[in-house]
Amino acid sequence: MKISIETVEHVANLARLYLSEEEKAEMAQTLSSILDYMDRLNELDTTDVPPTAHIVPIKNVFREDVVKESLPREEVLKNAPEKERGFFKVPRIIED
Amino acid sequence: MEFETVIGLEVHVELLTKSKVFCSCTTEFGGEVNTHCCPVCLGMPGVLPVLNKKAVEYAIKAALALNCEIPEFSKFDRKNYFYPDLPKAYQISQYDLPLARKGYIEIEVDGKPKRIGINRIHLEEDAGKLIHEEGKSYSLVDLNRTGVPLIEIVSEPDIRTPEEAWLYLNKLKTILQYIEVSDCKMEEGSLRCDTNISLRPKGSDKFGTKVELKNLGSFRAVRRSLEYEERRQREILEQGGVIVQETRRWDEARGITIPLRSKEEAHDYRYFPDPDLVPIVIDREWVEKLKSELPELPDAKKKRYMEEYGLPAYDAGVLTASKALANFFEECVSQYHDPKTVSNWVMSEMLGILNETGREVDEIPFKPEQLVKMLKMIDSGTISGKIAKEVFRDMFDTGKDPEAIVKEKGLTQISDEKELEKIAKKVIEENPKSVEDYKKGKEKALGFLVGQVMKETRGKANPQLVNKILKELLG
Amino acid sequence: MNLSELTIHEAHELLSKKEISSEELTKAVLDRIDKVEEDIKAFLTIDKERALEISKKVDKEGDFSNPLAGIPVAIKDNICTKDLKTTCASKILANFVPPYDATVCEKLKSEKAVIIGKTNMDEFAMGSSTENSGFFATRNPWDVDRVPGGSSGGSAAAVAADECIFALGSDTGGSIRQPASYCGVVGLKPTYGRVSRYGLVAYASSLDQIGPITKDVRDCAIVLNAIAGWDEKDSTSVNLPVPDFTKSLVEDVKGMKMGLPKEYLGEGIEPEVREAVLSAARVFENLGASVEEISLPHTEYALWAYYIIAPAEASSNLARYDGIRYGVRAKDSDDLIDLYKKTRSEGFGREVKRRIMLGTYALSSGYYDAYYLKAQKVRTLVKADFDRAFEKYDVIIAPTAPTPAFRIGEKTGDPLKMYMSDVCTIPVNMAGLPAISIPCGFSGGLPVGLQIIGKPFDEATVIRAAYTFEQATDFNTKKPAL
Repeated sequence: MKISIETVEHVANLARLYLSEEEKAEMAQTLSSILDYMDRLNELDTTDVPPTAHIVPIKNVFREDVVKESLPREEVLKNAPEKERGFFKVPRIIED
Repeated sequence: MEFETVIGLEVHVELLTKSKVFCSCTTEFGGEVNTHCCPVCLGMPGVLPVLNKKAVEYAIKAALALNCEIPEFSKFDRKNYFYPDLPKAYQISQYDLPLARKGYIEIEVDGKPKRIGINRIHLEEDAGKLIHEEGKSYSLVDLNRTGVPLIEIVSEPDIRTPEEAWLYLNKLKTILQYIEVSDCKMEEGSLRCDTNISLRPKGSDKFGTKVELKNLGSFRAVRRSLEYEERRQREILEQGGVIVQETRRWDEARGITIPLRSKEEAHDYRYFPDPDLVPIVIDREWVEKLKSELPELPDAKKKRYMEEYGLPAYDAGVLTASKALANFFEECVSQYHDPKTVSNWVMSEMLGILNETGREVDEIPFKPEQLVKMLKMIDSGTISGKIAKEVFRDMFDTGKDPEAIVKEKGLTQISDEKELEKIAKKVIEENPKSVEDYKKGKEKALGFLVGQVMKETRGKANPQLVNKILKELLG
Repeated sequence: MNLSELTIHEAHELLSKKEISSEELTKAVLDRIDKVEEDIKAFLTIDKERALEISKKVDKEGDFSNPLAGIPVAIKDNICTKDLKTTCASKILANFVPPYDATVCEKLKSEKAVIIGKTNMDEFAMGSSTENSGFFATRNPWDVDRVPGGSSGGSAAAVAADECIFALGSDTGGSIRQPASYCGVVGLKPTYGRVSRYGLVAYASSLDQIGPITKDVRDCAIVLNAIAGWDEKDSTSVNLPVPDFTKSLVEDVKGMKMGLPKEYLGEGIEPEVREAVLSAARVFENLGASVEEISLPHTEYALWAYYIIAPAEASSNLARYDGIRYGVRAKDSDDLIDLYKKTRSEGFGREVKRRIMLGTYALSSGYYDAYYLKAQKVRTLVKADFDRAFEKYDVIIAPTAPTPAFRIGEKTGDPLKMYMSDVCTIPVNMAGLPAISIPCGFSGGLPVGLQIIGKPFDEATVIRAAYTFEQATDFNTKKPAL
C-alpha cells in the first residue's frame, strides 16, 4: 500500500499534527512500508473468526450511583497552562 | 407540485442519576465553575471509566417506556474528535450496538393515533460548557457537565409536519418525566433537540436532500424553525432550485435559519470499541425487573381516567399530560366522590392560575386534601361556588387552609333565612320597577333581584335560598 | 557489600531485625544513584528529600511486618504518583503533576515502600530502547554504549545498576520483559487484568499491564503480591482471588510440561540467544521437566496485528494531550486548531507521531475493517494458538528477545527493524498471558533472557518454573561492572 503525501496530510489533520515537509515524506515512506507488512494479515482467512476487543471475557462491570467528593478546584486547575476565574482558557472559538 | 415534508428528530436527554456516568462526581446542576470534576471526568492521564449501573437502568427504562427492543449485547465505543469541551478528545458513546432499538411513540394527529418510530437509543457522556464572552479574544471552559449521563433518542423519519414534531417532543418529555429518568428541562440543557427536515414530491418514496437544524432552545423553537425551513425549502423547490445538504442554525430573534459556516472537513469520528469498558449483557430477567418498576404511563393513565372516572377524552388528556398534575388529581379523587368536579377545578382554575403565574404543579403551596376540603365546603353550602374561586386564589397565594381563609375573611355563606329576608325586603323596596316586571311575568326580573341580594351580601348569600325567599315575598 | 545491592527479601530481613534502618537503605540507594546515574541516566525525577523523609517515618513507626516496608522503589514515569511529576518521558507532559496516585502506587504506599523517583522510558512507552525518551537516552549498565531495552529501560537499568531495590514497569508489547532481559534482571508481565491499570498512562489500553522488575524471582513474587488484585477503578481488572505468590517459590518442576515454540527460535534469532535458551531447556529437563517443540503458527502475524491495534488505541489515548487542562502548551497560536496542532507537534517526539499517524490511519473512514477489525480477528487466532498449546503444556519457554542489547543508535533510523525486535514478546500481550523474563546466559558479555509464558492467571506456575531455574543456575548473581 503506497501512502501519498496527501493522505499523510489528511491523517495529520485528523490527528491534529503539523508535519514538516521532511516529516511528511518520511511518514509517507514509513507508513507505506509498515502497511505493506500489515497487508500480510490478508494471507489469513478470517471470515469466520470473531474479533477480540477484550482478551479477558468479563462483562457487566458497574459502580453504584454514589456521589463522592470531586477535586478541589485548585487541584483541577493546578496543571492548566492558562486559566481565568476558575475556567480553563482557550483561544476564542468562532461560534457558528 | 405538492410536496411532502419528512422530519427526523435527535433528542439528547440527561439522566437523573446522582453521579456522573463514568465517575463519582455529582451531576447537580449549577455549582461553581469546575468544581464537579475529578481526574476521571477531566480526562487526566491514566484514568479509567467505570460505568454507573443506574445510568444503564434509566436508559433501559426509557427504552422500555418508548416501546423499544433491548438487545442482549451492547458495548461502548469511542467517538474521536477534538474540542475543548471534550477533555479526552473522545466521547464514550455507542456506535453499532446501542442499548435499545426499534421503538415508537404514539401521538394524536387529527384525533387519530399515529406512531412515530424510534430508530435507536444509546447511552453516552455529556460534554462540558464553553463560554464566549463578548469582545474577548478567548473562550472559557467549564467541565462541570462533562460526564453527565445522556441518552440519545433518534426517531425514524416518520414525522410529516412541524406540529407532529412538537407533539412527539411533548409526548417524549411527558413519558420520560413519568418514569423519572430525566427532568427534561430545556432551559438547563437536560433536554436538547436537533432536527433534520427534507421535502419530497408527494408519493415519492425517495428522500429529498435533508437539512439539519441546530440551536433549538425550546419546543416552540423546534416548531417554528421547522415551519420556516419547510417554507424555505418549498419555495426553492417550486422555483426549480436545489436544496443544499447543510446544517443551519435557528435564529430565534429573527425567526429564520442561517447556514453554519461549512466545516473545513467532513467528520471522521474513527469509532472503535472502548478497550477500557467491558460489554454489557442484559438478560431477560433484568429487563423484566426494570419493566415491573415502570409506573403507569400517560396513555394507559388517560385510558383509565376515561373508563374509571368517566372523564371526557379531552379532560383525561390534559390531566395526564404531566405526572405531577395527574398525581394531584388522583390524590383529590381518592378523597372526593365526583372526579368530574375535581377535573373542572383542576383544569380551569388550577391550570389557569399556574399559567398566569408561570408556576409548576410541584410549586402549588397547598395539598390536594385542601382542595377537597374546599369542594366539600361548597357541597355543604358553607361557601358558594363564586366565593370558592376567591378562596382558591387565596390558597394559591398563601397556602392556607380554605376553612381558615373563609373564617378570616368572613366569607361564610349566609344561609340564615331571617337575615336574608331582611335584605330581600330592602331590595324589593328599592327596586319597584323590577318587582312590577316580575309580577307581569318577566322571569328575568327575578334574576336581577337575586343579583342585588348577592351584591348586598358581597356574594355570601346562598343563592338558592335567596331565590326561594324572593319568590315567597313576591307571592 | 553495599546496601543498595540487596534484594527486597534480604533488605526486609535486615530491616525486620533492625540491623539496618530504612533511612540507611534509602541513603545507600541515593548514594549509589549519585555515583552511577551520570553514566546510566535511568531517572527522570529523583525525589530525594521526600524519600528520606518517608524512610525516617517508616523507621520511626518501626513496623516492618510488611515485606516492602522501608524498601526504596523506582517507578516508571508513566505511572501516576500524586504530587510527583509524571511525564511519560514526553515534552508534552514535562510539567505534569498528577493530583492522584495510580492504584499500584497507593498499594505500595500502604505497604510503606519508599518511592525514590521516576524512571526514564520511551516516550509514552512507545519503543524498545528508551532512546525515544523526550529527554535523554538511558544506558545499559552492562555496556553503556548499548541500550537498556525499552520501554521500561530506566526501571530495568536502575534495578541492574542497584539504583533502587526494585522497580515497577509497564508492558504493552514486551516493555518489562525485553529491558529486563537486556539488563540481566527479572521482569514479569502479569496476566491482563491481574494488576489495576488505574493511573497507568494509557498507551494501548487493551494490552497495557503493570509489573515488577526485580533482582530475583523471590522479589518478583513479593512485589506481585503487593500490586495484584481487582480494583473497582479499573473495569478490566479481574475479580479473582490472588494467591500468595511466595508459596510458588519452590524448587520443583518435576513432571512439568514445557513447550518450546519453533517460531521463536528461527530466523532472526541470534545463535547465542538460541543456544542460551536451548541450554535452559536442558536445565529444566535435568530438573525433571519435559520440553517439547511446539508451533505457534500466528507468531509473526501477531507482530503486525499489534502494530495496528496498539497505534490505533494510542491515537485515541493520546488525543487528550492538547495543552488545555495540563501539560505544555505551545506559544503564539492563531486559533484553537493551531493551538492543538502546534502543541502536539512540538510536544510529541517522532516515534509517537508516527504511531499516532499509523493508528489514526488504521481507524479512519474506509480502512477500519481492513486494518483494525482484521487485526482484532488475528488477535483471536493468536490467542487460539496459545489456548491449543496450553491444553497440553503447563508453560511455554522462549527467548525474551532475538538478540542481546543493541548499540545506541543502531536501530533508530529504521522503525521496522525496531518493531521486529519485539517479536518474542508481543504475542504474549496479544493473548493477555503472564510471562516472566529471567537471566539465562550471556552473549558477548551481555545478558540473555529466558521467557516463561503461562496460562491466564497462572503466574504461580510461571514463578515456580522461574524460581527453580534461578536456584539451579547462577546467572542472576552476576552484576555489571560499573
